[in-house]
Order: sequence, then C-alpha cells, then structure tokens
Amino acid sequence: MVPEEFNSGYLNFVYDFYKTMKAKEIKIVYEGVITHQIIKAFIALSEAQMEQTGESARVQRIVFHVMVECLQNISKHACPVNNNESEKSRGIFLVSRQTEYFCITTGNIIVSENIQKLKGALDQVNSLNRDELTELYKHQMKEGRISEKGGAGLGFIDIGRKTGNPLEYSFLNVSETHSFFVLTIRVSRET
Amino acid sequence: MEPILITETYDCPGITLDQENNIFQITGRSLPEDVYTFYDPIIVWMTEYAKQPNPETVFDFKFIYFNTATSKIILDILTLMEQMNETGHKVLVRWHYLKDDEDMKDAGEEYSGMVEVPFELISHQI
Repeated sequence: MVPEEFNSGYLNFVYDFYKTMKAKEIKIVYEGVITHQIIKAFIALSEAQMEQTGESARVQRIVFHVMVECLQNISKHACPVNNNESEKSRGIFLVSRQTEYFCITTGNIIVSENIQKLKGALDQVNSLNRDELTELYKHQMKEGRISEKGGAGLGFIDIGRKTGNPLEYSFLNVSETHSFFVLTIRVSRET
Repeated sequence: MEPILITETYDCPGITLDQENNIFQITGRSLPEDVYTFYDPIIVWMTEYAKQPNPETVFDFKFIYFNTATSKIILDILTLMEQMNETGHKVLVRWHYLKDDEDMKDAGEEYSGMVEVPFELISHQI
C-alpha cells in the first residue's frame, strides 16, 4: 500500500529530487549534524565512487583533502541559532561531478559577527598566487597557534593552493544575529 | 622511556616511538577528530626524549595523507628534532612519499626548508 504522504505530493518531490540529483550529477548530499563518524563515512564513500569512475590519483587526493577540511570546519565551527545544542555542527554538504570539475559545497549557520573575519581570510586566499599561498601557509604553521577548536587557520590557504581555484562563497542573512555561509570549492578534473 | 606503539586506523596514523630499539616513525593517514588529544602524548614523549636522545635518531615520516591541523603538529615534532640537532645529537628525517604524490613531496621540501635538520626525501613506487 502507498503511504498517505506519497499521495500528497511527496512522491513527486522525491522524483524531482532524483531527477535534479541525476541532472546535476550530485554524488553526495547530506543535511544534518556533521560528526567525525559521518566525515569518515563520506570520505570513504567518495573514495569508492572516484575509484569506480577512474579519477586520477591526484584528483582523488585533492577531493579527499577538500572534503576533510570543509567537513571538519563545519563540525568545529558551525554555530546554532538560539544556542540550540542539537543544532551544533549542523550543515549541508554536497558533492557534484561536472565535466571539468568536482564541486564540493558546504553550507552552515554562523554568527554574523564572524563574517568580516571569514570574508577577510577567504579574500586573502583568493588574492594570492600559489607561491604566495605556500609562504602564507608556512608562516601560519610557524606563528599560528592551533585554536581551542583545533583549527589552525590553515584549511582555506591549503585548499586554495592545492586546487588552484578561487574559493567561492556567499553569506545569506537568516536572522538579526546569524547568517548562512555557503562555500563552494572546485577541483579540476584532469581529462 | 616506555615506547609508544599505536596501530594505524582509517583516520589516525600508526606511530612507533621506541628509544630502546631506536625506531621512530609515523605511517598512514592523519585526520584525527581532535589533533590535540591524539598527538599530545606524542609531543610529550618527544619533548622528554629530546632531553636525552640516542646518539643517532632517524625519524621516518610515511604519511599517505595528513590534514592541515596535523601539519602544525608535524612542524612541532621537526622542531624537537632541530633542538636535538642543536645540542649536538645526530638526527635525520626521512620523508617518504609515493612517487606520483607531488603534494606530499612538496610538503617534505617545505618542511626541510623550515627547520635545520638533515632531511632525506624518499620516493616509493606504488
């Protein structure tokens, strides 16, 4: 028997969702709390998928790295609205495979006060070339203290230099105090 | 000193720190949930060891992958090696990488330029 909810548009929603995912070649999509266990599961899944499609070893390694850094960012920094503990470390995560790129997109709620700092860090990475990023990385490793959350401010810099692509981002205001932060990283596929 | 022996897992490297048998190595992947919790005992051990090291210390880094949080810890370990070197003890870092892994090779080269420690880059066939 077809469940009641399927009759009320749910089936169409699922089918549309399926078609969208197929059309956009979305390989992984997840919304929820991002724990270390979930991170491990996703990187293993993505490794298996890339192995199957015969991606080059370098592309596989970079996608793996970008996923680890982006997901660990959310698990450490995503901030709930209204300090709701169950909303902590929550976000959305998407991986799609296009002809020329893998796109790794994350979205999570942050405190709007942090926008300027975050934007500054991202813009700085986007303004530097590979050699400059390497110098900045080395400098941050030497001088930067690992924050109590375990990040060393190195993730964005390293993603920038390893992918060679700009970090695409935007902030969407969701309340007086919080914003939704979306970050997309492109990893070029070698053809 | 009591040796440290950690078995490699999917997300944490295998580690051997054994003064008696003169084996010092890290191998595998490093993306621990909390770098501090995982690496604190390693840094504590190495700090203690650096006070009275063996006449010769060869440290093998055999990473397949490490995240950026780990990269800072690696520099901390290398800095302790540098201290041993400065106090007149013989040290050598052997940085292993898979032949096609340019990024891992580059990382080794970058570290070798950041500390005053004899450094060998060793490439392996897959």
